[in-house]
Amino acid sequence: MTPSDRRVDGLRNAIDPPAVELININKRFGSVQANRNVSLSIAPATIHGIVGENGAGKSTLMSILFGFYQANSGEIRVNGKTTRIRTTEEAIRAGIGMVHQHFMLVDSFTVLENVVLGAESGRLLKESLSTARQTLDLLESKYGLEVNVDTLVGDLPVGLQQRVEILKALYREAQILILDEPTGVLTPQESEQLFNILLGLRDRGVTVILITHKLREIMAITDTVTVMRGGEVVAHRTTSQTSEPELAELMVGRKVLLRVEKGISQPGSVVLDVREVETIDQRGVKRLHNVSFNVRSGEIVGIAGVSGNGQSELLEVLAGIRTVTAGRISLNGKPLIDQFNPRDAGQVRGLGVGHVPEDRLRMGLVRSFEAMESSILGIHSDRRFNAMVFMKLDAVLENCRHKMEAFDVRPRNPHLVTVNFSGGNQQKLVLAREMDEKPGLLLVGQPTRGVDIGAIEFIHKEIVAMRDAGRAVLLVSVELEEIMSLADRILVMFDGHIVGEVTASHASEQELGLMMANAATPASAIRS
Amino acid sequence: MSATRYEVPGWIGTVLVPTINICLAFLVSGLIIVVIGEDPWQALDLLISGAFGSQEAVGYTLYYTTNLIFTGLAVAVAFHAGLFNIGAEGQAYIGGLGVALVCLAGDANLPTFIIIPLCMVAAALFGAAWAFLPGYLQATRGSHIVITTIMFNFIASAVMVYLLVNVLIKPGQMAPETRTFAEVAWVPFLHEVLAPVGIKLARSPLNLSLALALLCCVVVWAFVWRTRWGYAIRTVGQNETAAVYAGINPKRCIVLAMTISGGLAGLVAMNEILGVQHRLLIDFVAGYGFTGIAVALMGRNHPFGIVLAALLFGALYQGGAELAFEIPTITRDMVVVIQGLVILFCGALEFMVKPRVESMYRWAHRTGTGS
Repeated sequence: MTPSDRRVDGLRNAIDPPAVELININKRFGSVQANRNVSLSIAPATIHGIVGENGAGKSTLMSILFGFYQANSGEIRVNGKTTRIRTTEEAIRAGIGMVHQHFMLVDSFTVLENVVLGAESGRLLKESLSTARQTLDLLESKYGLEVNVDTLVGDLPVGLQQRVEILKALYREAQILILDEPTGVLTPQESEQLFNILLGLRDRGVTVILITHKLREIMAITDTVTVMRGGEVVAHRTTSQTSEPELAELMVGRKVLLRVEKGISQPGSVVLDVREVETIDQRGVKRLHNVSFNVRSGEIVGIAGVSGNGQSELLEVLAGIRTVTAGRISLNGKPLIDQFNPRDAGQVRGLGVGHVPEDRLRMGLVRSFEAMESSILGIHSDRRFNAMVFMKLDAVLENCRHKMEAFDVRPRNPHLVTVNFSGGNQQKLVLAREMDEKPGLLLVGQPTRGVDIGAIEFIHKEIVAMRDAGRAVLLVSVELEEIMSLADRILVMFDGHIVGEVTASHASEQELGLMMANAATPASAIRS
Repeated sequence: MSATRYEVPGWIGTVLVPTINICLAFLVSGLIIVVIGEDPWQALDLLISGAFGSQEAVGYTLYYTTNLIFTGLAVAVAFHAGLFNIGAEGQAYIGGLGVALVCLAGDANLPTFIIIPLCMVAAALFGAAWAFLPGYLQATRGSHIVITTIMFNFIASAVMVYLLVNVLIKPGQMAPETRTFAEVAWVPFLHEVLAPVGIKLARSPLNLSLALALLCCVVVWAFVWRTRWGYAIRTVGQNETAAVYAGINPKRCIVLAMTISGGLAGLVAMNEILGVQHRLLIDFVAGYGFTGIAVALMGRNHPFGIVLAALLFGALYQGGAELAFEIPTITRDMVVVIQGLVILFCGALEFMVKPRVESMYRWAHRTGTGS
C-alpha cells in the first residue's frame, strides 16, 4: 500500500464522527499551565502524531485522555459522544488503550498472565486464562501480532514486550490506541516492524495516537499531526503537506539546524586505549567481552547499540566506577586501569577524564542540592574551592555563575535546587561541569536524552567544539541519528561485544541497524 | 511536568507550618484533657508556667534542652549521610562510662582544666566508638544501621549494668552507682558561675554544658555545610550513585558520619554526669537518645531548628512534670501523650497542613498582585 492510498483511507472515514475530540482542554499544576485551550480532533482509523518538546504538554494531554489526570476544564468526546474520563478504568471502558514508554509488565509472568492481569473474567484464574488464550489467538491472527503466549515476559526481547503491551490494550477492546514514545528502546528494524503493526491496526479500524519527538517517524507513518509548544497547540497539519524542517520550526518556535555542522576530523595521537577489557557484574554476568578499541585526540568515537548491550557498563568501567575483571586501559600511553590496579572515579577524573553520565539525575547530579553544589560534584575537593578546612563558597558561586553563563543554563540562579531546572538545563549544567575542566578525554553518555531540540543543537555544537580543540571524545547514545551526525568513527555494541566498526562518512542506517541486531557482519566490521 | 515549581518563601515551611502544627497538637491535647474532665486552659497555663514561669523552671527547661541538643545533633549528622541512628541512647550511655573512668582514675590528682577536657574527649570517644561499630558493619557488611544501633542500645545497657553492679559500684552500698566524683571534675552550675559577677540565679541543674551544646551546633553547621567532608556526607546521603561517580567513598563517609554522631551523643554525659549527677548511675540517659530522633526530625536536621525543637521538648519535659504534679488526674503518661501528639503533627502529619498553607499563600499572592 502506498502512502497516498493510506491517506485516502484516512479520508474515507472523514464523514464519521471523530474517534477522539478534545475541546478546550485546560490543565494546571499549581501555577504551571500544562495545557491551555487544547483542542484537537482525530478521525477514526487514522494514525495521528503529536509532537512537541519536553514539557510541551503532550504527555499531560494523553494522561488526561487516559484518565490519569482530570482536566480543569474542557470536554472529551469519544466517537462523537461526550465522555467523562476520571479514571483509567473509565478510559478503558471508553475503548482507549495506552502503551507506556516504560512497559507496565510483570517480568516473571507469562505473556498470557500479563495480558489477563487486571482484566480477569471470573473468580477462577484458570477460566480467565483459557478464555484469554482463545481471544489472544484471534487477536494475534487478526492483527499479525505473533507472540508465544506461554513465554515469560522477562525472556522476550524489548520489541516483543512492546507487542504484549499492544495486545493488552487490544484484549481490553481498545479502539483507540495511544503510544508514548514507542521507539525509544527499539532498533531501527524493530521500529519498522512496529510501524507495520500500527498500519495494520489502522487498516482494521483502530485509531492510533503516536506521541514522539522523532520527526522522521511522524513523516513516515502518520496521516495527520498536531504540534504542541508550551502547553498549547501551535499547528495541525496533514502529514503529506508538511516537512520535517517546518515541524521542527513549529515545535521550537524558531528555525533549527537538524544536522550538526562540523568539519573533517583531524585525529592525533591515541588518548584512550582499551585492550581486551571484560567486566562481570554483581550477579556474576559478564557484561563486557573482550572489548578493544582506541580513541584519538581530535576525534569523536560513537558507540551505537540498542540500550542494554554493554554501553553503560563500558562507560562506567572507563570512568572508574565499575571494576575491570580482565584486560587493561591506558590513557595517553600510560596504564590507567587494569584488573590489579583499579582506580576510583575521583582518581580517573584527576587524570583528565571528564564523564557526562547517561542518567543525569541518577548519577550526575544531586536532586536536592543547589545548582552551585551540583556544579562542583566530583571536583568538590579541588584546591580552587577549598581552604584548609572550609570550602570557599565565593569561589564555588563564582564558578557556577561562569558555567551557567558559558552554557546558557536557565534560569541563571546558582541557588535554585537542581531538580527544579528543566531536563535540558540540568544536562547543560553537567556538561558545563565536565567540559569546563578541559579534560583530555571526555566520556559522554546519552548527551541529549530528554532534552529539548533547542538545547540539543547547543549540546551538539559544544561536543564538536571539544573535538576541534583537540580532545578525545567517546560518545554513547541509543539515538542512531545522533551517533551518525556527531561521530567520526562508529563502533557497534551487541551483548557486550564490539561487533563492528565503520567510518561515519560511510555508514548507512540500514547497515548499522543490522549490526545493532547482530544480524550482519559488514566487510568493514572488525570481529572481536 | 518538569516545569519549575512556583516558589513559596522559606519562612512558610520553616516557621508558619511548624507553628500551626504545634497549635493543632495542643488543640487535640486540649480536647483529651477536656475528655478526662479537667480544664485545658488551666493545664496549658500550668504547662507554660511550669516550663518558663520562674528562674528555676527556666533552668530546668534549659537543662533538659541541653541533653536534647546533643542527641538531636547526633541523629541529624547521621541523617545527612542517609543513616537513621536509633542508637544515640546507647552511645550516650557508653559516653558516661568514658567520663566515669577518667574521673575514677584521675579526680584525686588532676586539676579542673585538665580533667574536664579529658572527660569531654573520653565522652566523645566512647560514644563515637559505640557508633563506629554499627557504622562499620553497615559500610562493609551491609548490616542495617537501624537494626544494629537498636541492638547496640541493649548491649550498652547490659554492659553498663554489669559494670555498675560488679565493677564500678562504690563498695559498701546497695545502689549500683559509682562513688561521687571529686568536685574538681564537676562542670560548674550556671548559678554558681554567675554568682561572683553579681548575677543571682535560682538553683537549677543548668550548667555550662549548655554552652558546649550551643558550640556543637555551630561546629556541626560548619562541618555539614561548609566543608568538603560535609559535602561528601550529604552527597552520600542524598544520592549514593552520584557519590561514587564523584569519586567519594561512601563507606568512609558512612563510618565518619556515624562516628561523629556517636561522639555528639556521648557528650550527653557531660551535662548529665559531670554537670548534675556527679556520679555514674544506671539508666542516666532516660530516653534522651530516643527523643533526640524527634528533635532532629522536627528541627529538619539543621542545628538552628534542633535548638528550637530541643527547647520545645525541654519545655514539655519540665512543664509536663509540673503539670503532672499539680493535677493528679493528668499523669506522666498523659504528658507523654502530649509529646506524642506534637511528634505526630510535626513529623508524620506535616504534609497534611503544608500543601494547604502553600496553596493558600499562592492564592493570596495571586489575588494580591493580580497576576
